[in-house]
Amino acid sequence: METKNHSFASAFAGMMLRDLRVLRREIGPFVLRIIMQPLLFLFVFTYIFPRIGQGNAVGGANFATVLLPGLMAVAIMFSGIAAVALPLSQEFGITREIDDRVMCPLPVAAVAIEKICFSSVQSILAALLVVPLAYLIPATPVHAHVASWPMLVATLILASLVSGALGLTIGSNVKPQQIGLVFSIVVVPITFLGCVYYPWAVLSHVRWLQIAVLLNPIVYMSEGLRAALTPGVPHMPSLLILVALLASLGLLGTFGIKGFLRRVIS
Amino acid sequence: MIVEISGLSKVYQDKQQRVTAVDGIDLTVEKGELFGLLGPNGAGKTTTIGICTTRVLPTSGKVTIAGIDVVAHPAAARRNIGVVPQYNTLDRSLTIFENLYFHCKYFGYSGADAQQRSKDLLAQFHLEERGTNFPNQLSGGLQQRVQIARAIAHRPAVLFLDEPSAGLDPQSRIAMWDAVRSLREEGITVVLTTHYMEEADELCERVAIIDHGKVLALDAPAHLKTTLGADTVIELTLRQNDGKQPLIDRLNALPQIRGLEMTSAGLRLFAQGVDGLLPEILQAANNYGVRDIRMNEPNLETVFIRLTGRDLRE
Repeated sequence: METKNHSFASAFAGMMLRDLRVLRREIGPFVLRIIMQPLLFLFVFTYIFPRIGQGNAVGGANFATVLLPGLMAVAIMFSGIAAVALPLSQEFGITREIDDRVMCPLPVAAVAIEKICFSSVQSILAALLVVPLAYLIPATPVHAHVASWPMLVATLILASLVSGALGLTIGSNVKPQQIGLVFSIVVVPITFLGCVYYPWAVLSHVRWLQIAVLLNPIVYMSEGLRAALTPGVPHMPSLLILVALLASLGLLGTFGIKGFLRRVIS
Repeated sequence: MIVEISGLSKVYQDKQQRVTAVDGIDLTVEKGELFGLLGPNGAGKTTTIGICTTRVLPTSGKVTIAGIDVVAHPAAARRNIGVVPQYNTLDRSLTIFENLYFHCKYFGYSGADAQQRSKDLLAQFHLEERGTNFPNQLSGGLQQRVQIARAIAHRPAVLFLDEPSAGLDPQSRIAMWDAVRSLREEGITVVLTTHYMEEADELCERVAIIDHGKVLALDAPAHLKTTLGADTVIELTLRQNDGKQPLIDRLNALPQIRGLEMTSAGLRLFAQGVDGLLPEILQAANNYGVRDIRMNEPNLETVFIRLTGRDLRE
């Protein structure tokens, strides 16, 4: 048993090292891909808008402060899609290069779990890359400080794992030709309706939407980061957020791993 | 015994149809053997290999690799399995060297050991200068060689090659054959599938002829030829294809003719020894307008035709 676990662990570590090598080689494009969206977003809404008299405040805080956690959540989410869903869909549909890892001496589900884990590393990096942008670009100062380290760490890790699991679910269930479509009809809507640009509490003005978005895992990512970083902005209770993230992880993880197994074992 | 397959079957069932890909196969492969599964496309070869390599779950039956049940303990069984699938599965994001290096890492090699093993493999497969290339920069033949090198990097007990020469030019195919033979010298057991009878004939010590998911014959190629296909196959194409019965009777009366089948274009004769036979056939068939006469010396293809009444490529 000892040697069996050891062999699983070293195969898993080997795959993490492989992904790290590939990431290191692609670090330039990786960083560019991460920062473009939040950069432009912050530039237009928090730099240009105040200057052209379109300044706005949401829930009593300035927009840049509201945006920081939201944009971090989006970065986490997109990272999961880019790190898992896109490559996996390619590997299954066209190149079949995942085969060598599937033939490793460890359970096939572990190959899928490795994908989620490495994707979460990228997601955390992506979220951290957003922070300096939020301080540099906006015309109005961002009021953020770490209100609770445990909450920040827990949210970052759980949110990153959820995004990896979402990527796995998409990547192992969607054909490469349809990935663009899924982007338009799933990824973009859940981002726009993920309480990224406004806190969940202010949705009370649109009650049906406030309830509907509770199904969207991005909501809990944004709200969790709000609770940890910008406590001045209204946010959901921390415990509820963590439970919801855990539930999303369980659900998407199960779907993702099942889809993955179906693709590699017939 | 390295590979033991018993009572293996695989049925693919969906709403529309039920396909029996493997239909009760029993096989054993000895240690160090070079074993071939020969059959046309769709015969069940790839499914059989898929089950052996833990990628397809059998409907019934059992496969053990070096004593390990592949269904009960797939992760442990994979330690003993090297596999080169039909399609190119090299990791496109890694160089050739890294493809080998990380494969070793997956199998628990330390960094230094993985490095050394990868270097040795590059040398063994004459790929030293390609180490820093990416897979897409290599020709199909070289990529195939890298796939074989990678498949044996963790020193598996048995290497499965699925249609290894599909898509290779003749020169690369011969280079691939050499590489496979050299593995045999290392003591690696090789199981390959092919629908090229010359490949099975050239390479394999024992061949199982498979069709419709069943093993039709299993023996050394030379033995298969003498016991089953000692016949030379003569394909006779006739202008007039009706009313052949008098011709059939007359040919059947010839002592060298061992069997005879009607084909859409004429007749197929199985003959033992052809000395002086052709003139007799031509004379007999003269009234039917002989358009073509072709002879196939005994080979695995004629064995296959004898067993199934079909061509390997039909």
